[in-house]
Formats: sequence, structure tokens, C-alpha cells
Amino acid sequence: MGTKNLDDRADGRTNNQLRPLTCSRNLLNRAHGSARWSQGETIVLAAVFGPKAGTKKGDNPEKASIEVIWKPKIGQTGRQEKECEMILRRTLHSICLLTVHPNTTTSVIVQVIGDDGALLPCAINASCAALVDAGIPLKYVAVAISCGLAPGGSIILDPTTQEEQEMEGIITLVFPNPPLSVLPKPQSPGEEHINLGVITSLACGVLSVADYERCLERGSAACIKISEFLRRGLQSLSREGSTSTT
Amino acid sequence: MASTDVDTAEAGLAAEIEVEAYRRLFPLQYYERHLAESVRPDSRALNRARDTTVALGPVTCADGSALVKIGDTTMLAAIKLEVMIPTVESPDEGSVAVDYQMPPICSPLVRPGRSAEAAPVISKQLSDVIMSSGMINLKEFSLVSGKAAWIAYLDIYCLNADGSLFDAALLSAVAAFSHLQIPLVSLNDDGRVITFSEEMKGKPTLEPVNKEKRRLTLASIPFSLTCILHDKYVVSDPTAEEESIMDTHVTVVLDTKGRLISLYKAGGTVLAYTSTFKECIALAKQRVEELSEILSESLSAMDVE
Repeated sequence: MGTKNLDDRADGRTNNQLRPLTCSRNLLNRAHGSARWSQGETIVLAAVFGPKAGTKKGDNPEKASIEVIWKPKIGQTGRQEKECEMILRRTLHSICLLTVHPNTTTSVIVQVIGDDGALLPCAINASCAALVDAGIPLKYVAVAISCGLAPGGSIILDPTTQEEQEMEGIITLVFPNPPLSVLPKPQSPGEEHINLGVITSLACGVLSVADYERCLERGSAACIKISEFLRRGLQSLSREGSTSTT
Repeated sequence: MASTDVDTAEAGLAAEIEVEAYRRLFPLQYYERHLAESVRPDSRALNRARDTTVALGPVTCADGSALVKIGDTTMLAAIKLEVMIPTVESPDEGSVAVDYQMPPICSPLVRPGRSAEAAPVISKQLSDVIMSSGMINLKEFSLVSGKAAWIAYLDIYCLNADGSLFDAALLSAVAAFSHLQIPLVSLNDDGRVITFSEEMKGKPTLEPVNKEKRRLTLASIPFSLTCILHDKYVVSDPTAEEESIMDTHVTVVLDTKGRLISLYKAGGTVLAYTSTFKECIALAKQRVEELSEILSESLSAMDVE
């Protein structure tokens, strides 16, 4: 990984560099909460409605239920969208405090505005910001990142669509945001900075187990940065405020 | 169970009610008490998978088929080959179309008229795993470059859904591919591909395009294992009941060369740490050995026939 040139990527980023992030909330006035999250050209708008009374048949009425509707940029909902819906629903299910509003359903509607790689992580980040905006009780906020494993063995973060096609494997990781991200990293040799548990992990492509572990390490380090950004955005006083970083 | 020491109110109640009622009323507590004893209600150890059988060739009209049972989970996979015109981008390659069906007979949760929620997701995962693992060399499906190639329609039917659906579906898919025989075809005078049959042997003008019925050479076969994470326990190959009680599922797909094809964990209450993943991967490695042995046994049994 160290042997590669730093300016190897088409857009001039280094391997560990993310695209510029922006997050703005409360854009839709009819929704109970909404957020727009962009990572470069990948833009997702998420709206939250709820909690509404009643759960779907088959869901546990003693707990709140979450419904995700994924709207692709063009075309109809297919297998790909169904898979994203399910991953997103399960991920959001695990971060919400479901016992606070039992027997209710919260709808999360995700509209893809632009897709330039790392779409699912972008949608997860957008929906989390929208849930916070709607005031849905959460255990913690989830932060998602996508890592690509390049043929040379180097790991790049936040790949674009073009880069994704060249990759041997794409790994999407979702971590809870660390309780205090300004905390200095523990320096003891055995306990490295991966003390974040993984909420969701998707890996596809052919990779070695060691590569996966390296991705976990990189991903968790990058997620600390994203969660700092998210925290700053959520703490800003004006709800309409839009934050961005490079 | 009723004789064990009890200290909580629920457990005290358990001593008085029947085991079956306790199982229905407090499913999680029922399981946790089993897990604490490192055993499962069906008397398996936590890291044991259920008995697995692979039967090759149950569908005689298909070009390749397999019936797989993992415990009570039953999957029927069949492959039908058809001739198509290859795409311009890859004139030497055939293609594979994967479809996974969950008819209402497979589970009480699937209702007629409405397709199961899990079906398109498993179908997508299957085609991702099969295509990205590089198990099939699509060039082997080529007949005449740029003119004709095989498209393999892989259809998987879930006959009985009792947990670990993806594992069973993937096993049935790879078993069907290893059973697949590519039929003889030849070109007729118009340049169209026709199936080569016995009575045409006499005509010298018709040369078969592919010389003999052949099997695919599968580079490295992917196998998968689903585990449930609950507290500190890792429970492999869950049944449908276990899946409904505990919600953190991890599916690891490894190939026979030990490479990681997919690691799938979607949400769930338990967070997975590196050590947990390592444990799941180690369990999956064992399972890959078991499954490849089962598959090669049933393949050699078929060759003897």
C-alpha cells in the first residue's frame, strides 16, 4: 500500500482521502425529518415519516418497526434496490431504540439523486441524519464507509463508480459512532484503534482474510473522521444549517 | 431442566411449567439456558452444522440439477442451457442467469400471491457470489465466437425453509453446476445451432461444434456458512426458529482455496468485533472442508453409476 503513488487516483485524492462531504437537514417541510448527504457526486436525500401507529403484520407489536423505501434515480425498483432496502432496514433497526415507541412504524424514504460510487454508505449516512432530524430515539448514530481493494493490494476509501469497476473487492462497513471521537487513541500495542464493533459488513469480490482485516482497520479509522463531521453537523445550532468539508 | 438451580422469577416459573410451554412463552430465555450449557435444543453443539446431503440429477429434463438438504432446509436447483447470441463486448463468453424462488409451500411466513421479501435479496446475493467468485469460466460457454454461446438459466426452488437459506441455495447451485453436462450441438446449413442427436451421427456434413458431452471445470468452489451472534456465543447453521429469536446473522462465503468471497452481516443487535469475525471465518473454513467432501463424494458416486 505504501508503494503506490499518492496521486494515483483519477480525481487526485490519496488512497485514504474521502470525497468532500456535505450534509444539510430539514429540507422537506412535510416530512418529520429529512437530510441530504453527498459524497462528491453521490447524493442521497432521505425523508423520515413517523412514528405512525401500528406495525405491519408479522412484525413484533411490542417493538417499533422501521420501513425503508428505496427510490432509484431512474427506472423501477429491482433486485438491487430490494437488497439495499433490506440492508438499510436491518441497519437502522439495530441503531434505533425500538422499545420507546412500541407498535409504531417509522418510514424512511431514500431518494437517490446522484450515484457515483459508495451509494449504500451514502444512503445509510443520509438516513441516520434524517432520523436524528426527525427526533427518533437512537442508541447511536451509524456511520458508513466503503473501501475498495485495488488489484495491487492497496486499499482505497470511498471509491467512485469508475474506481469500483477496477477493484477486486468492495467492502461496505457500518460502525456506530464512537462515544467521544476526540478521545486519544489507546496506545497499548495489543489493543489498536479498532474498538468499534461492526453493525453491518458487506464484502464482495475475491479477497484474502488478511485483506478484509486491513479494510476493517482502515474503515474504522475513516469512520471516526466521518462521525466527527456528522457530530459537528448535528450540533450546529440552526437546523437548516448545511455543513461541508473537504 | 426443571432440576437446575433457579434464581430469577422467570426461571422459577420455568420449573413449574412444561418445557414446551416455556419454549413458546419465553423463547429467548429458553435458548439462553441452552446456550449457557453449550448445547442447542436439537442436541447439536453450538458450532455444529446440521446433517447435509447432496443428491445430483433429480430433474432429468434439465442439463444439470441437484437436491440439497441441510437439516430440514431443502433446495432444488436446476440448470437449463439455451443458445444465445453473445454480447458485442464479450463475444467469447456465455452468461448465467440466476433466479431464486420461494413458493408458499416452503414456509408458513410466505403467503400465496405475495413473493417472499427475502427471495430477491438471496437471488441477488447468489448471483453476486457465483459471478464474483470466478467459479465458472464463462468462456467455456462459448460455441462460435461472436455468433453463439450458452446461457445457463439457474433456477433454485426452496422447498422447505428451515433456516440458513443462503447456505443451502449456494450449495445447491454449485452442486447443479458440477453436475451440469453441456450437450452436443452442431451447426446446420443455415448456420443455426441445433442439438446433436443420435440419429444425425450418420450425416458427415454435420460436425458437432463441441466434440463430446462435457462438464464444466470449476476453478474454486464457494461454500458458505451462516452464523448467529448472540452475546458472546457464535451459533452456526441456525434453524428458522433460531433465526427468528436471535437477529444478528453473519454469512461467510469462502472458496476451496480459502479466499473470502463474501462476508455479509446486515445489522442486528450484536456488534461484531474482529475476533468474532475471525471465529466465524474459522468455522466457515471447517464447513468448507465438510461440504467439499460431501460434494465430491456425491459426484464420484454419480460417476460410478
